[in-house]
Amino acid sequence: MRIPCPYCGSRDLREFTYQGDAEATGDAFERTYLRTNPLGRHKGYWYHDNGCRSWLLVERDTKTHEIYSVTLAQKEEV
Amino acid sequence: MAGHINTTNRISGAPEIDYATSARFTFDGRSYTGLRGDTLASALLANGVKLVARSFKYHRPRGILTAGSEEPNALVELREGARKEPNCKATTVELFDGLSAQSQNRWPSLENDIGAINGLLSPIFVAGFYYKTFKWPASFWEKLYEPLIRRAAGLGRLSNLPDPDSYEKAFAFCDVLVIGSGPAGLAAALAAGRTGARVILCEEDFRLGGRLLSEAGEEINGRSAREWLEAARAELSSLSNVTLMPRTAVYGVYDGNTYGAIEKVADHILQPAAHQPRQRLWQIVATRSILAAGALERPLVFSGNDRPGVMMASAVRTYANRFGVLAGKRVAVFTNNDNGWRTAFDLAAAGAGIPALIDTRTDVDAALSARGRAAGLNIISGGQVVATNGSKALNEVIFTDARGVKQNVSADVLAMSGGFNPAVALTTHKGARPAWSDELATFVPGDLPGGMSVVGAAQGEFSLGAALRGGHTAGLAAASATGHDGAAGDAPMAADEAYRHAPMWHVEGAKKAFVDFQHDVTASDITLAHREGYRSVELLKRYTTLGMATDQGKLSNINGHAIMAALAGKPMEQVGTTVARAPSIPVSIGAFAGHSRGKDFKPTRHIAGHAHAQELNATFIETGQWLRPQWYARPGETEWRDSVNREVSTTRTAVGICDVSTLGKIDVQGPDAAEFLNRVYINAFAKLAVGKARYGVMLREDGFILDDGTVARFGEEQFVVSTTTANAGRIMKHLNYCAQVLWPELDVQIASISEAWAQYSVAGPRSRELLQKMLGNAFDLSDTAFPFMGVAEFDWAGVPVRLFRISFSGELAYEIAVPANYGDALSRRLEAEGQPLGACFYGTEALGVMRIEKGHVGGPEMVGTTAEDVGLGRMMSTKKDFIGKALAYREAMVDPARQRLVGLRPVEAGKPLAGGAHLLEKGAAPTTANDQGYVTSVTYSPILKSWLGLALVKRGPERIGERMRVVDLLRNTEVEVELCSPVFLDPEGSKLHG
Repeated sequence: MRIPCPYCGSRDLREFTYQGDAEATGDAFERTYLRTNPLGRHKGYWYHDNGCRSWLLVERDTKTHEIYSVTLAQKEEV
Repeated sequence: MAGHINTTNRISGAPEIDYATSARFTFDGRSYTGLRGDTLASALLANGVKLVARSFKYHRPRGILTAGSEEPNALVELREGARKEPNCKATTVELFDGLSAQSQNRWPSLENDIGAINGLLSPIFVAGFYYKTFKWPASFWEKLYEPLIRRAAGLGRLSNLPDPDSYEKAFAFCDVLVIGSGPAGLAAALAAGRTGARVILCEEDFRLGGRLLSEAGEEINGRSAREWLEAARAELSSLSNVTLMPRTAVYGVYDGNTYGAIEKVADHILQPAAHQPRQRLWQIVATRSILAAGALERPLVFSGNDRPGVMMASAVRTYANRFGVLAGKRVAVFTNNDNGWRTAFDLAAAGAGIPALIDTRTDVDAALSARGRAAGLNIISGGQVVATNGSKALNEVIFTDARGVKQNVSADVLAMSGGFNPAVALTTHKGARPAWSDELATFVPGDLPGGMSVVGAAQGEFSLGAALRGGHTAGLAAASATGHDGAAGDAPMAADEAYRHAPMWHVEGAKKAFVDFQHDVTASDITLAHREGYRSVELLKRYTTLGMATDQGKLSNINGHAIMAALAGKPMEQVGTTVARAPSIPVSIGAFAGHSRGKDFKPTRHIAGHAHAQELNATFIETGQWLRPQWYARPGETEWRDSVNREVSTTRTAVGICDVSTLGKIDVQGPDAAEFLNRVYINAFAKLAVGKARYGVMLREDGFILDDGTVARFGEEQFVVSTTTANAGRIMKHLNYCAQVLWPELDVQIASISEAWAQYSVAGPRSRELLQKMLGNAFDLSDTAFPFMGVAEFDWAGVPVRLFRISFSGELAYEIAVPANYGDALSRRLEAEGQPLGACFYGTEALGVMRIEKGHVGGPEMVGTTAEDVGLGRMMSTKKDFIGKALAYREAMVDPARQRLVGLRPVEAGKPLAGGAHLLEKGAAPTTANDQGYVTSVTYSPILKSWLGLALVKRGPERIGERMRVVDLLRNTEVEVELCSPVFLDPEGSKLHG
């Protein structure tokens, strides 16, 4: 799998680590433990640790591994 | 070297063979001579060697079946000693001078193989035999049956020696990847290459050309196909945007348009040159790919179809046309399609006798029949081969004619053709299934991986004209899709020969008819599986092992499934097929490992003072990727404990120096840095004064401890966070997550500076004296000027220094940091300045002893524990929010009956304690229900002259003074202990304030 990092361009999966569901809602307990594991479209946080160390919001298909969008998790408001 | 052709089966005129350059090789110890351009298989056939292997299960004599990587029979061990490699296909081994090869799975010799008795016992080796025959008693399976079966059945043997060669990994990027260099692949590469697109052409063979190498008499663009091939090779070589990769097989298709390929860099020479890898594992990222992998000829299933001398018809033709080798002098042909006829014509032209051409069809094309008759062929229409004879090589073919009358001819080769199967494996790696074509009676590519197109025979387009046109069109389209629309000329033109065939899945007969040659699966095994209810192809595969050998059933699956379909009375599309997984050809584990083996398995990180530590006779320990000094042995110290005891005593009575550079160091800056840390740590940081450090604990989101360390404030907006060595990367990631994802509104910047600074702990009653002497006027270390938990930055003779008055040992102690390139100099300077004060260096062992003496928690105490569990509960701020707070107060997290930190001392002085042992109340049986907790850390304290332990015990702090048993059922020890405060030494902390 390859992830198009907004800073670094298309990079191999091995440069990234997956953190978890970016769509988890509810209270702290639910966000920490009750995460969905959907088949299909899914948004998750990825960390480009062997690259620019950016946290990324990656929307992809968990079945086909197709990537729909990659954005910086950090909002522009800073 | 020049040589003469002294082999019986060699014919002249093969353009890919260098008749002037011979290559000597041995097979099973006998010497032979081949020619440059040969494979091991062609050289063996040239020398008249027919018997090359014994089969997997029945040890039946086997010869060479094919001329490519689909070969199931002719597997050999190559080379000797540590370079011995089992299961190499003789048909793909490029011959070189000095090659040695051995047959495998036979004893004592290939000619006389004791294991052939398995053939007589074959009734018990049928499908599913190991489920049925070796069932009872259960204990016999592991000890008796499995080793016996493993010895009797199998392929080659490993050398059991370390591989002396190296393997490497490489990445490549291109617009268009072309897989296969037959006519379709060459046309595709030419078309795409001419537009200027970056093209990579991978070919597993050592010569480009595919079927053009194997066929005689074909024409392209009105010239001989050979001329076109040479022009195409020359043009592709001349294009700087085209990379030709012969000896490189694409074995897998992965996500993100990534293709795995294995390049045999030095398999065709005796041994790799210095620093040359044996093989290179490529990961090729291609925007578009064109699969031009061709098709595989399908065997026919009839009695005795595995006898040496029974070969694929196209392979027989390849040996004649490409290698100049007549596989036999009398070549009978058994076919259900026109391809068998081509072999008959070419072999007759090359000088072989054709005793019979047996075609299952009665409606052979009239023109073809006429040409056969004109060539004087003995044509049997509507015929079937029903048996073969010959003990270790074919000598007779028995067949029936259209009326069912049995005849026999003498023959030393039987060329068989059951039609063609497109090589669809690479189209299925991402989960797509191939589609059944009734017209072609085979599977053709179904859904394709993104960016891939399939051309030529791989797409079921079997004619030369279609291959060239398809390749050209696909090459243009792929280039265009990557933005390259240059001119590429016209598609090469060639004839569209018809593919006429009639499916024929199984000829009933009395003897074994093999479906899967490599795993010895016969037509009757499939019948048996069907009778026993294994109807799905997946179950059939597992029950009979059909298609489970190293060839992934490339030749066998369709025949097997078709026989199954006939038995079930179902059409093929309902029976389905199994899908292939990568790698589609065997790839050495060594290639996947690359350089990641031995000490190069992971990077090794050296501290700046590594060389100095070596000079001081340090023993090193791996902590993560780092090598840290564990202890420094001095003359006369016979075991490690002697050194550690001395280092502890020296530090506690004089001064010790310890490299702490490996601890993580993270620079946190910005207007909101203080607020940021306030949210990250359980304790308050907003009001930490500039020039001060504070110990902090972080929790995970779930409320358990994540890490601990000190935070130093060097400025209003500048902090340096320290982490444990093991967690440095994890905390960096965590802080970035907090800054980028959780609180993007905070203005804070984070940088890892772990490698930038070399840091030394200087601890002990004389530490101030040592540092003051060394730093001179650069800094005042007096207690008033630089009190406990003070931090400072200053310049020392032009070197920036960071100084911390922090202590892990409980002694008066400092940590001094300099830029890493001064680390070695600082280490040496500390040694020199410390010598008159009786200083010594200490390693991680002494560090551990002193932290246990002081009851400081370390890694073993911070696994799944809360801050309260380890006595740090009071640090948790009630006045602010922090990560983990929300879940840290859940009922079970604050249960007073949780296991909490205590100290342990053996009641009987001198009794050793063991880490991991469990605590039990006196008289309680050692059961889980009675478990009170466990020992996390132990050490021998040379200061207190006793073993000490830290433990997590239910309600531990309430039970100080209680006597319990420490029970270790693994090491079978039991020690009585008294629970005590975890701070064994200087509980008032008077030493560190000294």
